[in-house]
Amino acid sequence: MITPFKWSLVGLVFVYLYLPIAILVINSFNESKYGFEWKGFSLRWYEKLWHNDALMQAFTNSLLIATLAATAATVIGTLMALAVYRYQFRMKKLATGLLFVVLMSPDIVLAITFLVIFIVLGIHLGFWSLLISHITFCLPFVVITVYAQLKGFDRNLLEAARDLGAGEWRSFRTIVLPLVMPAVIAGWLLSFTLSLDDVIISTFVTGPGFEILPIRVYSMVKIGVSPEVNVLATLLLALSLILVMIAALLGRVRRKW
Amino acid sequence: MRFRQLVITVTLAWLALFVLAPHILVLLTSLLSPDTQQLASYPFTMQSYTRLWEPVYASAFWQSFWLSLLTTVICLLIGYPFAWTLARLPKLPRALLLFLMMVPFWTNSLIRTYAIKLILGAKGLINSTLLSLGLIDTPLQLLYTPFAVIFGLVYILLPFMVLPLVTTFSKLDNCLLEAARDLGATPWQRFVQVILPLSMPGVIAGSLIVFLPAMGMFYVSDLLGGAKNLLLGNIIKNQFLVVRDWPFGAALSITLIVLMGLLLWFYVQANRRINRQGGLDDNAL
Amino acid sequence: MSDFILVLSGITKRFDREEVLKGFDLTIRDGEFFTLLGPSGCGKSTVLRLIAGLEQANAGSIRLAGHEIATLPAERRPVNTVFQNYALFPHMTVFDNVAFGLRMNGIARDEIAPRVKEALAAVQLSDYAQRRPHQLSGGQQQRVAIARAVVNRPRVLLLDESLSALDYKLRRQMQIELKQLQRQLGITFVYVTHDQEEALSMSDRVLVMDQGRAMQIGTPREIYEEPCNLFVARFIGEINIFPATILRPLGEYRYLAEVNGVEKTIRFHQQATEGDEVHVLLRPEDLRVEYIADAPVDRRGYVGAVLERNYTGQTLDSLIRLENGQNLLVSEFFNEDDPDFDYRIGERVWVDWVAGWEHVIAKESW
Repeated sequence: MITPFKWSLVGLVFVYLYLPIAILVINSFNESKYGFEWKGFSLRWYEKLWHNDALMQAFTNSLLIATLAATAATVIGTLMALAVYRYQFRMKKLATGLLFVVLMSPDIVLAITFLVIFIVLGIHLGFWSLLISHITFCLPFVVITVYAQLKGFDRNLLEAARDLGAGEWRSFRTIVLPLVMPAVIAGWLLSFTLSLDDVIISTFVTGPGFEILPIRVYSMVKIGVSPEVNVLATLLLALSLILVMIAALLGRVRRKW
Repeated sequence: MRFRQLVITVTLAWLALFVLAPHILVLLTSLLSPDTQQLASYPFTMQSYTRLWEPVYASAFWQSFWLSLLTTVICLLIGYPFAWTLARLPKLPRALLLFLMMVPFWTNSLIRTYAIKLILGAKGLINSTLLSLGLIDTPLQLLYTPFAVIFGLVYILLPFMVLPLVTTFSKLDNCLLEAARDLGATPWQRFVQVILPLSMPGVIAGSLIVFLPAMGMFYVSDLLGGAKNLLLGNIIKNQFLVVRDWPFGAALSITLIVLMGLLLWFYVQANRRINRQGGLDDNAL
Repeated sequence: MSDFILVLSGITKRFDREEVLKGFDLTIRDGEFFTLLGPSGCGKSTVLRLIAGLEQANAGSIRLAGHEIATLPAERRPVNTVFQNYALFPHMTVFDNVAFGLRMNGIARDEIAPRVKEALAAVQLSDYAQRRPHQLSGGQQQRVAIARAVVNRPRVLLLDESLSALDYKLRRQMQIELKQLQRQLGITFVYVTHDQEEALSMSDRVLVMDQGRAMQIGTPREIYEEPCNLFVARFIGEINIFPATILRPLGEYRYLAEVNGVEKTIRFHQQATEGDEVHVLLRPEDLRVEYIADAPVDRRGYVGAVLERNYTGQTLDSLIRLENGQNLLVSEFFNEDDPDFDYRIGERVWVDWVAGWEHVIAKESW
C-alpha cells in the first residue's frame, strides 16, 4: 500500500525537519563563521561559547529554571492528577476546565495573564516569575500523562491497600506512586523540554536581573549570524537525546509488569 | 484525610491563583483606560475594543488571521498524507518515525527559527545553491517576506498537526476500508466517503493546535518577517512591552481567547456529531 | 449475642438516588462459612463492600463482635477482603504483597517474616515468595490474595466472587481448599457468589438475595429442599412448578388437592381451606418416569411425551411434554438392575413424583 509517492513525501518531510538542525550541528564544528563553506573542523565556537559569560550564564539559568520548574510541576501535577482521578470535591469541574484552558491557550495569551498577575501581586519579574509561569504551563502535560497511567491501573488495588490498613498517604506512597512512576518521570522530561523550549512566555515575564537563554539568544540572532548559537543548538539537541534515551530505558522497565 | 485535603487545596489554590485570577485580571484590564504611568486606570470603558476596528489594527488582525490559516492549511496538506502513511506502517517503524519527527522539537524553537533564517538568507543554503547552479544571478529575496514567516511557522508547528492525525488514523478500523472496498468503492470514494469523515476529529484537533499558537508566535515573524507586525502576537507584545497600552493589549488577547473558545466549541460540536454517527471516540487530542 | 460476630441492621444504601439496599438486616455467626448468593446486581457485593468499609451506608449500623464499625474507615476495620480480580500489587513480590497489611498495621519487623511464611505455607506457596504476581498462574494469584488477607488474622474474611476467574476444575479444587482453610483458621468467611452450586457446596449457611432484599436464609439443604418462594426455587437448581387448588384438608397438614388437573394428596405446612391456590414444587430428581405399559393403573399421575433426553454420566435427564403442554424436567439416576434404560424421543411415558417429596408454597401473585 506504500507507494513511491508516499515514500518520497515522508522523505521530503524528514529532510525539511532535519535540514535546519543538521546545518546548525555541522556549522557548530565549522571553522568558517559565515554560510556554507566548509573550512575545516574546529572546536573554536565551543571555546568561544565557554568564554561568553553572559551566554553561559543564561544557559545555566535556563537549565536551573527548567530543572526546578519540571520538578515542581511534576510534584504538583501528580497531586492534581491524583485529585482528579481519586477524589470528588467542589469545583472539580472548574479545576479540570482551568487545566484545559492552560493546555489549549496560545502561549501569547498565557504570557500576558502571567505578566498581569505578577504585576498585581507585586512579584518581582525575574527568577520567581519565570519559575511560577513555567511550572504552571507545564502542569497540564504532567496531569495528562500521570492521569492516563492512573486510569490504566486497577482501582481495586487502592481498595485492597485500604482494606489491608493503609491510609490515604500510605497507599499513595506505597501503591500509587510506584505504579505511576514511569508516567511521573515522563512528565518530568516533557516539562523539562517544554521549559527549555519556551520563548514567548519567558519574553513577557523575564526581568533584568535574571536572563535566560531564549532572551539572550533572541538578541544575538536578531542582529546577525552567531556561531555560538549553533553550538548551543548542538548541546541542547544532545541533552534532549540523552533525556529521551533515559525515558526509553524507563519505558522498558515499565513493560516488565 | 489530611493528605486528601492537602492535595485538593494545592490543586485548587494553584489553579485559582495562577490561571483563573490572571484571566479575570486580563479581562478587567481590557476594560480599563490606558495609562502609560500606571499601565491601566479607571474608568471602565469599551474603548480598547472599539479600537480593534481601527483600519490599521483590523487589517493587521486579518493579515495575522490569513497567515495563520495559510500555515494551518499547508500543515494539513503536508501532514495529512504524511500521517496517513505513518499510521499504515507496522507498529515499530511507525513509533520510530514518530520519534524521529519529534527530535527536532526538543531543540529550542527560537534556535530552530534561526536555522531557517540561515537557509533562507541572501547567503543562505537555497540562494547559494541556486547561484552555484547558475539558475539565478542575484540572490532571491526570501527572508523578511510573509513566505519566510509561513515557512518557519510550518516548520515549527508541523509535528502538532501530524500527532493527532496519526492517533486518529491508528484508531481507524481497517475493516471499514475493506468493507468499503468490498462494496465497490474506488480509492477516491473510500477517501471521501470513509477516511475523511472519520478523520475529521483529528483534522480539527490538529488545525486548532496549529492555528491558535501560530497567531502568537511573534519571534518567528520578528526573525523571518523583518520588523513588520505580521502576527497578532507581535501587536500584543508591542502593546505590553513597548507602547505599554495594557488595556488594548489585553483586549487583543481577549479577542484571541474568544476566537479560541469559538473554535473549541466548533471542535466539540463536530466531534459530537462524528460520535453520534458511530465514528471514532473523542480522545483524538 | 456473643454467638454473632457480625450484625447488620437497618442498612440503607443509595447510589445516585437508586436504592440498592433498604432496611437490610443480617446476622452472621462466629466461625461460620456464610454465603451471599444472588443474581448480578442484587446488592450482594454492596453488602460485602459495606462490611469492608469500601462503601459507606446511608443509614443503619454494622456491629463487629459487639463494636460499631460503620463509622470506621476501611483501613481501621479488622476485616480483610479477597478481591474478585485479586488486586495484587504488581510492583511487589509475593512476600511484600502478603507482608503489606502487617507493615501497615505496625507489626514488629521480626514478627512479619514468620507470619508471612506461615500464611504462604497455608496456601502452599512457600516456594514462590520472591516471585512477582505476573509470574504466577491464576490459581496461584488467587492463593496469594487469600494469604495476603488471612495473614492479618481478620475477624471476618470477605471474599468477593473470588473464584469466578478460575476455570471449572481449578474452581472445584479451590472450593475444597477454601473450606479446609476456613476450618483450619476458624475465621468467619463471608463469601459472595452468583454460582448456586458453589454456594451450596461450601457454605454453612446461605442468604439468597434479590433486588436488595433478603429472600431466604438457611442451610444449603433448607434452601434447596424448602425454598420459601418461587424466586429462590427457580434460582437454586432446576425446578418444576405445578399449580394446585386445595380441595379438602385431610388433617395433619395433609390435603387433597387438584394438582395440574389430577387429584393428589399433598403435604402443606400451613393452614389452608378449600379453594386456596398453591404451588407444588418438584425437583427433577423428585420425579419418576415409567413406560406407559408399566404404569400402575391405580395410581394417579401424568402422561406425556419425551421431548429431549440428555445423558450426563450419572443421570439421565429428560424433558417431557405433558398433555396439557407443560414441560417437565426429570433427572433419574441409573438403576443398577437396569443400567441401560433409555427413552426414545417422542415416546409416550407416565410421570409421577415420589409421595412426600413435594414442597408446597402459597401461591404468589407474580
